[in-house]
Amino acid sequence: MNVIWLILIIVSIITAAWTGRLEELTKAIFDGAKAAVEISLFLLGIVSLWLGITKIIEDSGLIYRISHLFRPLITRLFKSIPGDHPAITSITLNMLANLFGLGNAATPLGIKAMQDLQSLNEKKDTLTFEMMLFIVVNTASIQLVPFTVVGILSDFGSQNPSGIVLPTICATVISAVIAIGILFLFRRFAK
Amino acid sequence: MKTITFISQLVIPAFILFVVLYGACKKVRVYDSFVSGAKEGIRVTVNIFPYLLAIFIAVKAFQASGAFDIIRAALSTSLAALGIPPEVLSVALIKPLSGSASTAVFIDIVKTTGPDSLASRISAVIIGSAETTFYVLAVYLGAVGIRKTKYLVPVCLIADAVGIIIAVTLVRLMF
Repeated sequence: MNVIWLILIIVSIITAAWTGRLEELTKAIFDGAKAAVEISLFLLGIVSLWLGITKIIEDSGLIYRISHLFRPLITRLFKSIPGDHPAITSITLNMLANLFGLGNAATPLGIKAMQDLQSLNEKKDTLTFEMMLFIVVNTASIQLVPFTVVGILSDFGSQNPSGIVLPTICATVISAVIAIGILFLFRRFAK
Repeated sequence: MKTITFISQLVIPAFILFVVLYGACKKVRVYDSFVSGAKEGIRVTVNIFPYLLAIFIAVKAFQASGAFDIIRAALSTSLAALGIPPEVLSVALIKPLSGSASTAVFIDIVKTTGPDSLASRISAVIIGSAETTFYVLAVYLGAVGIRKTKYLVPVCLIADAVGIIIAVTLVRLMF
């Protein structure tokens, strides 16, 4: 991340100077700061909401029911999570939310899952393989129907707006599998 | 399509109702429980904020600097040789950085090339199947305050690039 951030900043400033867009660049930097605040306020709301709901799930013992149900699926991929750990429930809920395209639930539940995975982490400043796997699965964003895109296509009078649904599902599934494959490949060579 | 839309609208209310009822049946004081869980949200969001700030500033600056146009100009001729519409490149480059910006670019492509053009279809599949990688990284890494990311970032970027190639190939095969 350090390298990428550095490259983005340096390239942006040099290019802006080159193309004479320094004024726009300065404005964009402050716009970025403002957007970060707006998104954080939005996150504050939905993250608190879902942490409240998941607390009820924990206190009522529902968490054990859910993790018991999905344990076979989740531990097949996330091998080092103990069978009764809360991470199983939060990962399950995050994946279900992603599947239904519920971004406002998926992100907070994903944050919860990261915290649950962190509680299993022995080196608190370093990512575990399970955390990387979870993030890679999330960035592949497995989703059943891309509502926004289909909506835009039909707004502009497409003959067959939902025609892109099948290729999109295929693309997500294939790229998720390949992404997981790349991660495992990196682990092998990192050793 | 209609049933799927209906189900996706039903999921969250139904889930919340189920959780609250289940809690009440198990004699949990659901209101107190909810409030004590929600309190955690403030700490989490405060932890995430600096990561988001760093990413948003870099992404906005990059967009404003005109670097995109230079990259696009450099790559578009070689893409045209492969039969990939140059518009697709804009979506592919911007999607990992910003969700709202990629939607705006997509709407622009649909407007200029028509909703059933090859460029629109490939862009649609890219937007539907790719994720705003940098945002996800900032939020999830920020939530646990981890700095040592090992090989995660290169894996995500390679996966993004592969995803775009897959999207282009599938649209060409399936339409």
